[in-house]
Amino acid sequence: MKKNQALRNAGLFFLFGGPSLIAFTLVFLIPFVVGLYLTFTKWDVVNNDGSFVGFVNYVEVFRDKSFLTQLWFTIRYVFFTVIFSNVLAFLIALALTTGIKGERWIRTGYFTPNLIGGIVLGYLWQSLFSRVMPFLGQKYGWPLFETSWLTDTDKAFWALVIATSWQLAGYLMIIYIAGITGVPKDVIEAAKMDGAGNFTILRKVVLRLSIPAVVVCVFLSVSRSFLTYDLNLSLTKGGPFNSTELATYHIVQKAFLSNQYGVGQAEAIVLFVIVAAVALTQSYLLKKLEVES
Amino acid sequence: MSARRAGRFLKHVLIYAGLVVFLSPFLIVILNSFKKTQYFVENPIALPDTFSFANYIDAFHKMNFMQGFINTLLITVFGVFVIILFSSMTGYLFVRFDWKVNKILFFIMLAAMTVPFQVIMIPLVMLYGNLGLLDSKAMLIFMYMGFGVPLGVFTFHGFIKGISYELEESSFLDGCSRLRTFFQIVFPLLKPVVVTLIVLDVLWIWNDYLLPSLVLLSPSNRTLPLSTYAFFSSYSVDYGPLMAGLVMTIIPVLILYLILQDYVIRGITEGALK
Repeated sequence: MKKNQALRNAGLFFLFGGPSLIAFTLVFLIPFVVGLYLTFTKWDVVNNDGSFVGFVNYVEVFRDKSFLTQLWFTIRYVFFTVIFSNVLAFLIALALTTGIKGERWIRTGYFTPNLIGGIVLGYLWQSLFSRVMPFLGQKYGWPLFETSWLTDTDKAFWALVIATSWQLAGYLMIIYIAGITGVPKDVIEAAKMDGAGNFTILRKVVLRLSIPAVVVCVFLSVSRSFLTYDLNLSLTKGGPFNSTELATYHIVQKAFLSNQYGVGQAEAIVLFVIVAAVALTQSYLLKKLEVES
Repeated sequence: MSARRAGRFLKHVLIYAGLVVFLSPFLIVILNSFKKTQYFVENPIALPDTFSFANYIDAFHKMNFMQGFINTLLITVFGVFVIILFSSMTGYLFVRFDWKVNKILFFIMLAAMTVPFQVIMIPLVMLYGNLGLLDSKAMLIFMYMGFGVPLGVFTFHGFIKGISYELEESSFLDGCSRLRTFFQIVFPLLKPVVVTLIVLDVLWIWNDYLLPSLVLLSPSNRTLPLSTYAFFSSYSVDYGPLMAGLVMTIIPVLILYLILQDYVIRGITEGALK
């Protein structure tokens, strides 16, 4: 009888859990473990040599000047993208929660950039930066736009930041709207009664009570912008002269063009650790600001 | 009173004007998709003299749009279908049977959700490449299943926890099997989460570039993001058809979005607040 029950349970387990667990194991778990192992071996495709080398690959990561430069480039890109996209998203959300006619359609409109993937997004902005803006700059004599932003390292950096923020803002806006609508009306009324001005209410009441939404949005924008690849490929293609390669771009090149699997994988793990550390630290710090309503 | 009304009016003007500026990149692309490349280069913000679909026909052929569209559609539909089907079953298993193995597996899946694809891609391509399993749409769908299952299980787990067990009990008394009970009693109740997951997974798979670019090697397997990339890297000066190509790639998702927009918004809000 007992054996029967155990058999039945095993059957249930494989029936309900089997397919997804097999896929998860084969596609995620095994590659993940192999990936960790890979970073300690001398793997490269050409000589098929899988000998154990210890921490050599990790040392290599921190010796690779171009990786470090690009990591710093990525960190700056993340920093500005997170600020721009969150401020913009918060402002739009704020404007949309004050009773606007056709709010639903405006929200839909601001969200549309999120329907397209990084490749299309990049090509769309590429034609704006390399054709439309120089045209306007030359026609109206705006020196800032006279030449294509994508041919200049500093301006190409801002092109990446702008294109990413444009897309992310519409996504984060949705979360901010939910956060702001969750602020109880009576708290705002009470603050008004106490003679607080609009700006004070915004700063001390609305913003403080939307901290949970801020935490989520900063977390999302940090992790998404750290891992940008498609947009980088289609907007700047790492150029001019490899000066705008974000971390993922570098890793893909390292692994699949230079065939250095071990070092590439070690760089991917370093990137993951950095993303996790930054994302968790910001959550921890911002959560301290949280107040109960 | 009239000052307040003026203020309200001004606010509306600002928000609508802001939206037009925000969406101007789209407007410029649509505008130029109807113009000859020569006119785009001369003046990219002028209205076209005549609306011509020549660019669309050109792009449709050059980027092999139909094939890309069908590939993307197949991969997205089957990918989303298997993710939803199997992760709902596994979510159910993890909620209704608190065996130790289930708890451990659930925890592993939660942890997996924090690991970015970048950490998996190199060993994935190496292993499956060595076995000669790359360049197949079926394999890509299987991979989407493996990557999509954790979020699915997590979402279904949270929802099924809130469904009372009594409903199912009466079904067992009637002699129904677990599987039948799941599909007849439990699954219909999952509709809200199913729609949310469909939205999130469609947006992800339809637009994904990195994974298919590593897996699908032959041109006949290309998805739309891949054919957009191929198209742009080989015709980078012919802006007219390129603009038309962008518009055509966006339209299918746009239609889906307009139909499901409330679910999209809800899905993102719920997904984020969890």
